[in-house]
Amino acid sequence: MIVPTKKQRFQTNVLPHLNSAFNLACWLTRSRQDAEDVVQEAYLRAFKFFDGFHGDDSRAWLLTIVRNTFYTWYQEQQKQRQETAFDEDMHDFSGVGVAGMAFADNNPETLLMQKDSERQLQQALHALPLEFREVMVMRELEELSYKQIAAIVGIPIGTVMSRLGRGRKLLAAILAPARQEA
Amino acid sequence: MMDHQETLELLPAFADQELGIVEAQEVQRHLDSCADCQREYAAQRIVSARFKKEAVYFDAPPHLAHRISSALPPEPVRAGSRRFSWMSLGGALAAGLALVWSLGLYLNLPSDQERLTDEVVASHVRSLQVDHLSDVVSSDQHTVKPWFNGKLDFSPPVVDLAPQGFPLVGGRLDYLAGRPVAALVYRRAKHPINLYIWPSNERDAAPQLQNHQGYHLVRWTWDGMNYWTVSDLAANELDNFVGLVRSTVRQ
Ligand SMILES: [Zn+2]
Repeated sequence: MIVPTKKQRFQTNVLPHLNSAFNLACWLTRSRQDAEDVVQEAYLRAFKFFDGFHGDDSRAWLLTIVRNTFYTWYQEQQKQRQETAFDEDMHDFSGVGVAGMAFADNNPETLLMQKDSERQLQQALHALPLEFREVMVMRELEELSYKQIAAIVGIPIGTVMSRLGRGRKLLAAILAPARQEA
Repeated sequence: MMDHQETLELLPAFADQELGIVEAQEVQRHLDSCADCQREYAAQRIVSARFKKEAVYFDAPPHLAHRISSALPPEPVRAGSRRFSWMSLGGALAAGLALVWSLGLYLNLPSDQERLTDEVVASHVRSLQVDHLSDVVSSDQHTVKPWFNGKLDFSPPVVDLAPQGFPLVGGRLDYLAGRPVAALVYRRAKHPINLYIWPSNERDAAPQLQNHQGYHLVRWTWDGMNYWTVSDLAANELDNFVGLVRSTVRQ
């Protein structure tokens, strides 16, 4: 019997979740380039800790690491930014909005192909505070259960529910004036 | 009886089908007679549906998998790329602690469910590969249901959903979790759907959607039966199917 090496097991169990990892990282960092770096760093960490992983939900496990890696990176960015005049608080709308547009502009092709309503949604989403954006992406795009999201974010299931509820209301509110103008 | 405020707070979970059967029924009862809650429920569903439909899903660029694979040991792990110069001792410690803490969470997650998920997807894939979707080919629930008699020690509920766009095409015996189970086969356009049913002594559980190896799965428990369904259908269509099965089985 051939026993697969750690690297082989890792490649079979964890590497297939690369799209999920990259998607989440893109929505968190709002930059493809930063997302690539965060994902690579997360994978290296995941490999280091893979021996200690005995669960079966390797995707949720990986996403937890991607998220932790992102927040460490994000805090460092914040620290650097404080030295410049630009203090983007985690829950601050205006700063996130500007950065969000910059992210969209990185992909002119995607931007051209997007319908107006999609572009509005994309911009509104980037304006959403991180704490709401992350649970919404995990729910609507990654289709994770409340229980999985609770474990990844480290919050009670009830908080997952209220963040999703408030996030959707917030998103609807951001989208509403845009629709009136159109 | 659930009051307005309680209901309002539970509406996101209700819209996501994350409530238990009892709570869901109570929410439904209040919803039937409260216009405010109906509006809020509709708003939750509209935003959720628009997000699913229109938000960009960022697939990883092809070079990333290669970049990661080649960064993995046997060569010793280097401390990340240029953007990760922040890995100070303090940061590394904090990250390590956070990770240990989140790993602790995962050790508590039930692993049987995940093993079963693998089995269900494997069974679904196998049923497609060998072109062996059905042992009894019939769109008539009154043919399919008796076919299981004597083959199983329980009688699976068999419903036809052709009028709603999910015709029953047959059934077969399968094995999951070490026991024989009923597999019902439905179709939506060209997409086959397997619905597995077997007895359970667990309490009712609301549908849970998951995504595994490119397939969508929904599982729930109701009235002494486990239900698992799997398909390559879009999540919302499979969700639709589950809603129909659940409401028809109950009649
Ligand atoms: Zn109400």
